[in-house]
Amino acid sequence: MTEYLLIVLSAIFINNFIVARFLGICPFLGVSKQVETATGMGMAVTFVMALASGITYWLQKVLVMFNIEFLQTITFILVIAVLVQFVEMVIKKSSPVLYQALGIYLPLITTNCAVLGVTIINVTENYNFLQSVVNGIGGALGFSLLLILFAGIRERLAFAPLPKALEGIPIALITAGLVSMAFLGFSGFNLEALLGF
Amino acid sequence: MEAGSMSIILHGVAVLLVLGAAFGLGLAIASRKLAVESDPRIDEIEALLPGANCGGCGYPGCRGMAEAIVAGAAPVTGCPVLKDHSPIAAVMGVESTATERLIARVRCGGGRKEAPQRFIYFGVEDCAAAQSLGGGAKACTYGCLGLGSCVKVCPFGAMKMSDNALPVVDEEKCTGCGLCVKACPRQIITLWPYDKKVTVLCMNKDKGAEVRAVCKVGCIACRLCTKNCPTGAIPVEDNLARITPELCTNCEICVEKCPMKTIKGAKKQERAVG
Repeated sequence: MTEYLLIVLSAIFINNFIVARFLGICPFLGVSKQVETATGMGMAVTFVMALASGITYWLQKVLVMFNIEFLQTITFILVIAVLVQFVEMVIKKSSPVLYQALGIYLPLITTNCAVLGVTIINVTENYNFLQSVVNGIGGALGFSLLLILFAGIRERLAFAPLPKALEGIPIALITAGLVSMAFLGFSGFNLEALLGF
Repeated sequence: MEAGSMSIILHGVAVLLVLGAAFGLGLAIASRKLAVESDPRIDEIEALLPGANCGGCGYPGCRGMAEAIVAGAAPVTGCPVLKDHSPIAAVMGVESTATERLIARVRCGGGRKEAPQRFIYFGVEDCAAAQSLGGGAKACTYGCLGLGSCVKVCPFGAMKMSDNALPVVDEEKCTGCGLCVKACPRQIITLWPYDKKVTVLCMNKDKGAEVRAVCKVGCIACRLCTKNCPTGAIPVEDNLARITPELCTNCEICVEKCPMKTIKGAKKQERAVG
């Protein structure tokens, strides 16, 4: 149990996809204008990352069995693309408003490198099935946390009296840098010692 | 070795085939189960739109335009390409109002023969790239760079480059989508009413003597057109004659009077530019 807790905490805070691994920056900047859409995006990414982690775990087994690991990237992308397509259908059916708000960023989860990143990290870290899924969920939670935090800041920034030259994307990039630096404080934490395991 | 590599290829193909088939089937079932009822008018209007997905309306493609029209966010005349919007208006059950047909006009008459180059440009065949390299090769800093970025973006094949390195608009094919206007780094191309044939083929705002130095057919702001125009449609501002299309009557007196042959009318424009 503690092992899974460590994976989740590490994926959220220490090896956060956005601020530590610098993956998934596109949706981080693109869908972080409103907390509501950021939450929706976070949920969609969580779903895709968890499922992709699980499916690619078995897929990797098949690839190893046939000695064709070099097809890893293309097959993983295939899985992710299918999952994203599926999520898109589900969201379009269940919440047209969220579908509108996410817009182009929903199909772009396919090319969200954080998703492919988590599946490949699972393989290189030799995680078993459960660990892979937990790492996927943890990574996605870290992604969502950052996205929602950042969206909260940007919602307030929209009303802040800024110099004209900094309005919009420039201040967002500066803020992203500051948030990233804040998360730098987590790097190098020895979670096991800290939590007394 | 041979057999081993063969089996790798076979296994690779087989695994990808099985995966693709399984996923395809899954998605096909899901799309049936999760099909969303969309307004049938969206499909009807999309079928009436040109289908070039040029983006001239400001929406992502013709589908986006159709959705916006049905949602009421865009007017039925929103497509700048269509000449007749009444079928769309009929689908939506509203009256269509005729809009003036606009086409692209290239407002520069100084090609290779008339306007000298300051240096020979060997860079990327793109006007924006040429513009960023010391302001372009042409001595006239307002004139057409002649690399045809506008021609490349035209989705309707309505533009071509003349032998004189100036873009020529086929006014019958031009739909007024405005992509060439956006592509030109010097804002030479404007959307102009189709039935107003007289245009000042110059954008140079420098004084007469400076214009003469860089172009044989540039506007020198002599104001002969202003004085001779019976409707007062050609004011000169910033050393450049500008035609007000609403006042122009296509009388072409200015075309006759212009000493630099900068202003062109219906027939002469084609001969000069083409």
